[in-house]
Amino acid sequence: MPAQDERELRIVGFLCNWCSYGGADTAGVARFTQPTDLRIIRVPCSGRIDPLFVVRALLNGADGVLVSGCHPRDCHYAEGNFYARRRLEMLKRFLPITGIDERRFEYTWVSASEGQRWQHVVTEFTRRIHELGPAQSFNPATQEEWFNLALNEASKGEACACHGS
Amino acid sequence: MSQLEELKAAIRGHLDSLDCVIGWEQGYDPLHATPLFIRNESDLERLSISPLAVHNPATYATGFAGKKIGMVVRGCHSRSIIELLNEKLIERENVVLFGLCCDGVVSQRKIRTALPADPGFVEAVEIGDDALHITLAGEKTTIKLQDVLADKCRICAYPDPLLADVLIGNKHDSRPEETLACQEAFEAKPNAEKFTFWQDTMSRCIRCYACRNVCPMCVCQDYCIAASRDPLWMSQENSPAENFMFQMIHVSHLTGRCTECGECERACPVDIPLMLLRRYMNKQVQEVFGHQAGTSLDKTPPLLTFQVEEARIKERDW
Repeated sequence: MPAQDERELRIVGFLCNWCSYGGADTAGVARFTQPTDLRIIRVPCSGRIDPLFVVRALLNGADGVLVSGCHPRDCHYAEGNFYARRRLEMLKRFLPITGIDERRFEYTWVSASEGQRWQHVVTEFTRRIHELGPAQSFNPATQEEWFNLALNEASKGEACACHGS
Repeated sequence: MSQLEELKAAIRGHLDSLDCVIGWEQGYDPLHATPLFIRNESDLERLSISPLAVHNPATYATGFAGKKIGMVVRGCHSRSIIELLNEKLIERENVVLFGLCCDGVVSQRKIRTALPADPGFVEAVEIGDDALHITLAGEKTTIKLQDVLADKCRICAYPDPLLADVLIGNKHDSRPEETLACQEAFEAKPNAEKFTFWQDTMSRCIRCYACRNVCPMCVCQDYCIAASRDPLWMSQENSPAENFMFQMIHVSHLTGRCTECGECERACPVDIPLMLLRRYMNKQVQEVFGHQAGTSLDKTPPLLTFQVEEARIKERDW
């Protein structure tokens, strides 16, 4: 049952096996109501998540990507999420220069016992993505747009205007 | 003694103990330089260190693993070497650095626009103190060096090599960190505009991988994940999204490692302004980790380490 009335969007969630996946399970077992837009991918540790997973998902048409792992200091593998925190923070800061709205990506920490918190995170994130609406495709949607894109680029001639000054 | 002679003498003194010394020589015409691999006295005669000699010799450093080589380095090149040393990709005792205090190199793109006609084949280039005199189809054109200086050189904070065994030329006064107006203007644009810009620009990319091949920090080369079939990170499809994915891989793998030598942008045959991404990312790294790649020895790249309490990463409340 979607929390919103609009059509479902595609949100990908990367959850670590030990905390956040357990947290999502706890929320499920406790029968907390949650939006159903999120597709969960279970990974061994948040340290397993290459920021490029997120980039790949966003470029392939995901409307939002949520990453969640154990709280810092609680990593099952002692230090996986410390590395993850640095990488994901850099990814979050990288997105603005690409023109992809950085609000479409979020990372957070949810432990296995925090069912309530998980419900809150999913609901909030889903609401945010619904406010942003479906993501724009990076590739042109129609044959005509492809053609126009190529023509437009060719008409610029040698070198582009963005260099120098 | 001119700087070139001074450098030649220094290299001559080391030639016997080194397998190769990497410098520059004239390329297919007097306007273009090409890397020179000096193995003997006669090679040494062809050495050139004019502002046309732009290539970063550090790109070749890892390819000579296990051999003892020399390199002629400018300020930015020395940063690449330091970063490679910090990541233990090369060994200090295997490299001899001939440092040049650099006054900047040219951008061929800017020369191309400054010339009255398409350069094609240039007959002669005379390099003055602050100008280039280019003879093209019998006509002589004078271009001020300052006008065709590469963007990276206009804001260069490290013109002198940070690491060198032999230092040629006079050291510069320390320079402040500067930013480019076009960089700031681009960063200030709204998301939608940046998105369209990259869509357009990436549709131009031919995925030749020149930016990767020329990058001194891209040491995986044949093992690059962009070329791997399993896992299949990228399809062969030539679409803006796939092209951008490749650039994202490059950015991601350079986070905290890029030394801003500008080689990717120079090598790009379709003029994609890749330095927009590099400079922006380096600024973020600087902000969060206070780290500037290749500026001091024995620093671990920020993504290869962590702190339990991160001073500048804020936990977001939900």
